[in-house]
Amino acid sequence: MTTLNDLTLAQARDGLKAKDFSAVELAQAHIGAIAAARSLNAYLLETPERALEMAAVADTKIAAGEARPLEGLPLGIKDLFCTHGVTTTAGSKILETFQPHYESAVSHNLWRDGAVMLGKLNLDEFAMGSSNETSAYGSVISPWRRTGSDAPLVPGGSSGGSAAAVAARLCLGATATDTGGSIRQPAAFTGTVGIKPTYGRCSRWGTVAFASSLDQAGPIARTVRDCAILLASMAGPDARDTTCADLAVPDFEAAVSRGVKGLTIGIPKEYRVEGMPAEIQALWDQGADWLRAAGATIREISLPHTKLALPAYYIVAPAEASSNLARYDGVRYGLRVPGRDIAEMYEKTRAAGFGREVKRRIMIGTYVLSAGYYDAYYVRAQKIRTLIKRDFEEAYAAGVDAILTPATPSAAFGIGEKASADPVEMYLNDVFTVTVNMAGLPGIAVPAGLDAQGLPLGLQLIGRPFDEETLFATAQVIEEAAGRTVLPPAWWA
Amino acid sequence: MSVDANTVRRIAHLARIAVSEEEVAPLQDELNAILAFVEQLGAVDVSGIEPMTSVTPMAMKKREDVVTEGGRARDVVFNAPETEDHYFLVPKVVE
Repeated sequence: MTTLNDLTLAQARDGLKAKDFSAVELAQAHIGAIAAARSLNAYLLETPERALEMAAVADTKIAAGEARPLEGLPLGIKDLFCTHGVTTTAGSKILETFQPHYESAVSHNLWRDGAVMLGKLNLDEFAMGSSNETSAYGSVISPWRRTGSDAPLVPGGSSGGSAAAVAARLCLGATATDTGGSIRQPAAFTGTVGIKPTYGRCSRWGTVAFASSLDQAGPIARTVRDCAILLASMAGPDARDTTCADLAVPDFEAAVSRGVKGLTIGIPKEYRVEGMPAEIQALWDQGADWLRAAGATIREISLPHTKLALPAYYIVAPAEASSNLARYDGVRYGLRVPGRDIAEMYEKTRAAGFGREVKRRIMIGTYVLSAGYYDAYYVRAQKIRTLIKRDFEEAYAAGVDAILTPATPSAAFGIGEKASADPVEMYLNDVFTVTVNMAGLPGIAVPAGLDAQGLPLGLQLIGRPFDEETLFATAQVIEEAAGRTVLPPAWWA
Repeated sequence: MSVDANTVRRIAHLARIAVSEEEVAPLQDELNAILAFVEQLGAVDVSGIEPMTSVTPMAMKKREDVVTEGGRARDVVFNAPETEDHYFLVPKVVE
């Protein structure tokens, strides 16, 4: 028998509408599943009372025939989104006791549309990581395991709690954020769907900032359709974020079934990186074949500056982070460690409050912005960003509608497996996703198969600015051709 | 380019992060690994290329210069570790 938390978000919505079950029953099924999955460490904070209150309101609305678009649908919220009166840590000790007195624009939009909050999801500290191992509150354990092994695997990061919770059926969908791949990489590692929309599609207001010119919110869910439904609620203009686009939100769900007939899909040859596993290449070829069979034209394209995106990112993102995280000074928020004078108070507070990866990135950012190095590093990286964006503009101007690439260079790895002294080894996880953030484009990761060890692998589609609709249509074709990923049974419960 | 131990101490101070002597050497290695990785950018010809200032073509939003909200001093200081009468308290900075 299918339990209520196994339903897709669209199925749950239709079931509530048909009164097959109540929103309170749906919330209770999730609350129970979450309580039985604490060993995964996906939730940092559970809010069952709030969930049941919101579900009760939803049942009243449904009974009165006033159901809103997400009425009664239980969601998890990445703990980077400020939630009014609910502790928001950003995965950091420095914000351990932070209680926002306001609601992020994205979560506000979800509650406005009737969604139900289940709790706050684990993440890499300040979203800086690709494995969820930098969280000050412990790693998240992926619901996936290699065939015949019980070694714990990472769910990816930084939205590792979001991806694990969706894959383990601990919510119908989750909010996530993506600065260099933090939605798409964990989605690919967990057999779920994740979309980073165009920069400016979702308001950044009330989301803890990492790198402001790259950060974008988006959903992780179990199907392409579920992502389309969630993004339609999360997105939209907001006067409080000056970079949030004043564009009406299209009917994303209607775009899901549009098909790919007549579309031109680009295959960028620069993504065929040295040492790429044969399985990833085979998956990529398979994806192109599926789209061709569905009526798309496949064309090899060139994005010559691809290789430079990751190194340029590791200048731009830390530079912006060093500036954004200056606000954690022991004066206005949470943690404070006393010192002889104010400078010592700042230094001790930040030394105690920030983890190793965050300190490293703040220091790199401080260095590349410091006198004498600004032009050589930061300005040069921003010029290279112009070149990366131009590559995409030229491909789109030549008639390409969307670009197909692998989502990650490998399947999920084990916890602690990439804990070497060289931080760059971990950074290479984002080699296929980071270009998209540097160019401000939309990108979606969709499951496309399993590797020889039984772990999910994903493909990525990259679109034109503000054309998420084509991504939903194309990803749906891949989802249908690959068949919905069979998620792992609840061995943790 | 690479950083020496003194530069690591100087960056840490600029970033207002206390770093113990035992932390300096490992941080130096990690920062140098990242700097070696970004070194390849130096080989790119960027002459005549404008640095990116906005990732999507958008005009800065403007609004009328009027008060839109306020009177929320209690909310503003709510999370501060030390406050008095809606002021943030810090160690004495003027002798």
